[in-house]
Amino acid sequence: MEPGLGRPAPGPVAPDWELRLRHGPETDADVRELLLRTADGDAAAFTKVYDAYADAVMGLACRIVKDVAQAEEVTQDVMVEVWRTADRFRPERGSARSWVLTLAHRRAVDRVRSAQASSERERLAGLLARDTAFDEVAETVADRDERRRVYRCLASLARMQRVPLVLAYYQGMTYGEVADSLATPHGTVKSRMRAGLRKLHDCLEGVR
Amino acid sequence: MTAAEEPHASVGAYVLHALPPGEEAAFENHLAGCEACRREAEAYASALTWLADAPLPWTGPPVPAPPDVRARVLEQVSRTAQERRGAEAPRPRAPARPLRLALAAALAAVVALGGVAAWQHTAAEDAREREAQAQSAARAQADALADVLSASDAEIFSGSLPGGASVGIVVAQSQDRAAFTAQRLPRLPGGRVYELWYAADADELRPAGLLPGDGGEELRLMDGWIEDAVAVGISVEPAGGSAQPTTDPLAVVPITSSG
Repeated sequence: MEPGLGRPAPGPVAPDWELRLRHGPETDADVRELLLRTADGDAAAFTKVYDAYADAVMGLACRIVKDVAQAEEVTQDVMVEVWRTADRFRPERGSARSWVLTLAHRRAVDRVRSAQASSERERLAGLLARDTAFDEVAETVADRDERRRVYRCLASLARMQRVPLVLAYYQGMTYGEVADSLATPHGTVKSRMRAGLRKLHDCLEGVR
Repeated sequence: MTAAEEPHASVGAYVLHALPPGEEAAFENHLAGCEACRREAEAYASALTWLADAPLPWTGPPVPAPPDVRARVLEQVSRTAQERRGAEAPRPRAPARPLRLALAAALAAVVALGGVAAWQHTAAEDAREREAQAQSAARAQADALADVLSASDAEIFSGSLPGGASVGIVVAQSQDRAAFTAQRLPRLPGGRVYELWYAADADELRPAGLLPGDGGEELRLMDGWIEDAVAVGISVEPAGGSAQPTTDPLAVVPITSSG
């Protein structure tokens, strides 16, 4: 699989990140209600859940599988799974968006692992481990509070916490593969992932 | 491998989907009984949804889901049944009945192969050669594989799949590890993979590694430890593997020698 998108985006492309971060006409609370109705078999409610989250799922899938055609398949599989397993959503345990994107991340990672040998992932990881991609993107970020918060919080992590997190999340690497590619003990990487997530969470929540 | 660590340590890797299937299944079992870990996992999962939108790594302009995906999803949904909970949806513990029968039959007939020494040595040399060229991540695996193949107490147990593919399990009791080998494995459609299982009993199966679905020749170390397993099973699973077998096994190979 070559890096970069597999083919040009079809039709008009969202002009900038403004559009992507807008959640459409439904608020998170509205979509939670729609997802609960989906679990009861309401196909019309599911259609609105699709419209609320399909672009976010597609965007995440693109970033992880790095191929538009495969990302479309992942998006289709994920959204059908949202319909099929909506009954598993527990509103008291997290938001509808979090549930759908967690499912999307898992399926995108499954796809990368079945399609790509771990040695290939490690080669890509070698590029990311230099952290240049993060630095380049951070400089081009426009003035949006939400995105600035994510970047600020990611930047606040020590490099040795941020890199394993980014490698796992965007490259679909297991913690063992991350550890071996960074020549770090497996247990150490596991605990850095946990510590990095704790710090990221606390920062995003505004906890000091 | 993780037996000595505290179980909560895996929560970060779990939320990142960075645990291999065997550890993931074990951690999900742990989660079922650990409220503190569940709360921690939820907090991290919600933090990660922020990362879903961040344009990292940079791969170009954002691509929205195209209209034909929407049409296909809605069409598929119209003919897809939904899952329904009963009281609580239990994680399937017992394998399907046919696996129990197959395991019972296999346990009744134990097979051991003689003349292993020459084969072991060649495969061990191959493994070492692969190691020299492998990325650093594969090095530890290749070392462990070579150790199993060249162990002084290594024994091979063989079986065959319907259709004629042959499989062998090389067991090194002194290391509590085994290796799996196969020739002429059929190619699987639809992104499916082969999954290996350690079976202590017909009701106690542990995931022990995945093999890609493109088939052919395979040689790999099995994940985890033999412990109390008396047989190894292989089944076809969806991409990414399953926590428990979702299909009947293609083969069940006993790995204890008679007498």
